[in-house]
Amino acid sequence: MTARERVAGTVANYVDERTGAAKWVKKNLTKVFPDHWSFLLGEIALYSFIILLLSGTFLTFWFDPSAREVIYDGSYAPLQGLHMSAAYESTLHISFEVRGGLLMRQIHHWSALIFMAAIVVHLMRVYFTGAFRKPREFNWIIGIGLLTLGIVEGFLGYSLPDDLLSGTGIRIAEAIIQAIPVVGSYLSYFAFGGAFPGEAFIPRIYTVHVLLLPGIFLALITVHLMLVWYQKHTQWPGPGRTEKNVVGYPLMPAYMAKAGGFFFIVFGVTAFLGAVASINPVWLYGPYNPGQVSAGSQPDWYMGWLDGLVRMSPPIETYWFGYTISWNILIPGLIVPGILFTGMALYPFIESWITGDKREHHLLDRPRNVPNRTALGVMSLTFMLVALINGGNDIIATTFELSINQVMWFSRIAIFVLPPIAFVITKRICLSLQRADRELVLHGRETGRLLMLPHGEFVEVHEPISPELAWKLTAHEQAPALALEDVDARGVRRAGGLKNKLRKRMSEANAESIAKPTVNDLKEIEHH
Amino acid sequence: MKKISILRRSAFASPLLLVVALFAIGTTFSVASATDKAELTVAQRSAQIAEGKQIFLKGCSSCHGLNLEGAAIAPSLIGVGAASVDFQVGTGRMPVADLSQQIARKEPIYNEAQTAALAAYVASTAPGPEIPTEAMLNFERDGNTAEGGTLFRTNCAMCHNFAGQGGALTQGKYAPSVMGVEPKHIYEAMITGPQAMPVFADKTITPAEKLSIIKWIKAAENEPQLGGAALGRVGPVTEGLLVWTLGLGLLIGVAVWLATKAR
Amino acid sequence: MSNEIEAIKDPGLPAHVHRKADSDPVAEKRAERQVAILFLISALGTLLFIFAYYFIPEDVFFFFPVLGNTNAHQLFLGLGLAMALFFIGAAAIHWAKTLMPDEEVIAMRHTMRSDDEDRDALVSTVKERAGAAGLGRRSLIKRSMGLSLGLIGLSPIVLLRDLGPLPGDDLSKTSWKAGTRLVTDPGDRPIRPADLEVGAVAQVLPELRGKEKRHLDDIAKDAVLLIRLRPEEFQLSPERLSWTYDGIIAFSKICSHMGCAVALYEQTTKHLLCPCHQSTFDVPRAAKVIFGPSARALPQLAITIDAEGYLIAQRPFTEPVGPSFWGRLS
Repeated sequence: MTARERVAGTVANYVDERTGAAKWVKKNLTKVFPDHWSFLLGEIALYSFIILLLSGTFLTFWFDPSAREVIYDGSYAPLQGLHMSAAYESTLHISFEVRGGLLMRQIHHWSALIFMAAIVVHLMRVYFTGAFRKPREFNWIIGIGLLTLGIVEGFLGYSLPDDLLSGTGIRIAEAIIQAIPVVGSYLSYFAFGGAFPGEAFIPRIYTVHVLLLPGIFLALITVHLMLVWYQKHTQWPGPGRTEKNVVGYPLMPAYMAKAGGFFFIVFGVTAFLGAVASINPVWLYGPYNPGQVSAGSQPDWYMGWLDGLVRMSPPIETYWFGYTISWNILIPGLIVPGILFTGMALYPFIESWITGDKREHHLLDRPRNVPNRTALGVMSLTFMLVALINGGNDIIATTFELSINQVMWFSRIAIFVLPPIAFVITKRICLSLQRADRELVLHGRETGRLLMLPHGEFVEVHEPISPELAWKLTAHEQAPALALEDVDARGVRRAGGLKNKLRKRMSEANAESIAKPTVNDLKEIEHH
Repeated sequence: MKKISILRRSAFASPLLLVVALFAIGTTFSVASATDKAELTVAQRSAQIAEGKQIFLKGCSSCHGLNLEGAAIAPSLIGVGAASVDFQVGTGRMPVADLSQQIARKEPIYNEAQTAALAAYVASTAPGPEIPTEAMLNFERDGNTAEGGTLFRTNCAMCHNFAGQGGALTQGKYAPSVMGVEPKHIYEAMITGPQAMPVFADKTITPAEKLSIIKWIKAAENEPQLGGAALGRVGPVTEGLLVWTLGLGLLIGVAVWLATKAR
Repeated sequence: MSNEIEAIKDPGLPAHVHRKADSDPVAEKRAERQVAILFLISALGTLLFIFAYYFIPEDVFFFFPVLGNTNAHQLFLGLGLAMALFFIGAAAIHWAKTLMPDEEVIAMRHTMRSDDEDRDALVSTVKERAGAAGLGRRSLIKRSMGLSLGLIGLSPIVLLRDLGPLPGDDLSKTSWKAGTRLVTDPGDRPIRPADLEVGAVAQVLPELRGKEKRHLDDIAKDAVLLIRLRPEEFQLSPERLSWTYDGIIAFSKICSHMGCAVALYEQTTKHLLCPCHQSTFDVPRAAKVIFGPSARALPQLAITIDAEGYLIAQRPFTEPVGPSFWGRLS
């Protein structure tokens, strides 16, 4: 035993005698993680969160979350002598007087954008591969919660510096609060401590931004990770991979080194963006003044779709019994997002209701093998993308020499027309890919070599594919549609017939697929 | 496709802008030194007006009418003043090349002497805003950058954007970028209100305040990249694009490398 | 499903393929060197970071391709940090990929569901314990507990009451009174009609009386845009026409949709555009909405001139300015 081993042994003994951790640690150091790039998207989000905590803490050392009015006398000449809030002034101070302050501000903002983008691509991966299915529905819901909180947290951060752009954003948020029927103006006066903008809002959202929401984030992320750990990670189908096992690398050492290394990569890339690309140059925006506004006032991208929906909304308000209901704000600002996020959270349950599948799933679906789900996902993304494009309609109009009216009308029509088209096209593509898979398994890979037959005909030589690939392409299940009868065994119509009919229709659409090849098919081909 | 070209725009916008700015500053100096001349005599003046009339009849009257009265496609020029002519012709907007929603800046067709003659002719028919003299345009001395910034944000930023990069108006019209525009032309635009732009009268924004605005614009124009590539200075849209392309692109690239088995 | 159909079989986990570095000592040494070099690049990054922090002054600018005229301090500080972090990551990953064991292992899963035995035991334990507490029997306690727990939820809501005052009619009032002078923003200078020529606009605020300074809360409701047209261009009701003065018309600058400052006035079309959501208002027709999401015209301020010839408000706004709210019309 070397000296080093002796020391390690003593320390381990000391800890274990007080915690009994040896058994747990031993078991988990050999925990197996499957390796695939798409499993790292959630890690990007996790690491961005840590970067946000670190860079955010640095910023709090100088940031003064106060709407108190001060006169600027810092080093940025074009603003010297202007009245502004202490929040804005301290943001300028961080940017220009604190060495590395601007870098940290930019890292903080870039990593917030990366955090949200990573959450979205992670969500897409989980959705399109069916990783949300039993037993992972809770984690899906936690994920939707994190996404929602992320949007709120990001918006609050964007609002804190109290520059012209963030003030414009707060003004719009205030209008949304005010539009809530019955209690809107009360809620707005409570939130702002009186009239807009007041002096209470910045310090209040500061506490929410740096304490309340990060605390909730930490709790939810912990549960999210514990569930991943406990339920073990999903894996792609492939040779040797089943619903009952998990194939991958043990935590120690390879996975630990890779995951730890990836944290530094994410931090490095964020720092690189912070170094080379300017983000939120608040000194150019100027201090907030409700009488001012800039052309092209946009929110950050994760709110852009919301702004796009608000922009494309038709001008409808109703005046009932002397009370105003602003549908032009409520529908795009609260109702549609509410439906979207609720639907997203409930999706695992909706799908299992349609398929009648209540089993555990640990093998992922290849998106093409579940055409309906994939098509629904692409449809939702198309909706979001149209909304997002409209959120930047003015920038798009000037960049591509279009008119904002054209872009707006395009979005207003496209938001209804394009998503269904995307659904149909995606489903067709999925089925074609299934067909291509079938062809590949049955006839092998085209080699490009031509062969002349004795009677002069040319044929291309096909090379059979490996058994591993054949298995990978056929490992999925093809469950038949639910057999739901409108009448029960005694010939009585079932209660909820309409619901049943709907379920049957959806189940049938869901089961539509190209039959995967079997050994029988292969044998038949050999006979020819 | 759209994403890529926006990115390209943002990535190359800064150096391009710099070239444009340098070029514009160069032009400003040459124009300024050329127009710097003593008061003209009466005889010289009437000769200049006569020359301007000739140019007008040849190049402008087909749209604006033989007596500047205007027509269906072009406004009347009576009372628009020398400043208006100097702005429109001096920035190359007039004579117009194509009748689209908006007449864009281009290389001027008439030289400085011809422009001055045209301006003198139009001004001779009816009084209107005068071309600001060199002495009136000493914004470095008479302007205040911070005050100019406040004025710009209150009066200009809603169309021309917080950093003067321009922005969209209705039906395909747009407020052009004010970067690299000669101080004289900025001043003339404010007092004459070319195209969709309204007039900013001298009593509501005093000449001194106008110089402050110009001084702020010039400061914004010359401001170096304090935090790295400016991404076009158009706000969060280009920032979002960069995150989804370069940011996530790099990270997913590394993730793919991480997950491939070494050989 | 018929027995005759036979699915393609799982060939099982493929045999492990060894890396070069596993068998070839030269490749192993090379990989080791590569990892070390990556770590060293990271160390250089940290040195660059420290150098930039202490020795590159903050006012040095230089031309950098693509970025433009860039601040050297910020750029090298950031690049140093990025290098330091990125290459630690790259080294660790390269190390893991080339030199750490890369044989795939199989671990078995367990179903999430507990054994029937454990579940039964849980049910009986819960029943027994709950029975011991008498929760089922003591309905008086149960109901009173329900009441108290329900009520205590109210206290945080009550506590939040002092977050702000009730709006009252605050949202319906602005600082504009009959006779308030219109003054320029910024500058606070009163305006005579002759100061504005046709096609001119002016951003105005109510003149300050007695108050020592202007609050943002006031600007958020008081900001007004003056526009001068030719009087014959108006298409207004006689009442609204009497609210204008000699072709000068005044509108609240706070958008009736979501409160942004609407001041993009197009002299040619006489349209006002809001840059936030593109609501477009037609000025000659009392700022009627002609495009975009806003449902209401901008409130018009009635103006006239006082004895000294300066523009003043005839009366306060006749409707609340800014975004809609539930009790707006009351």
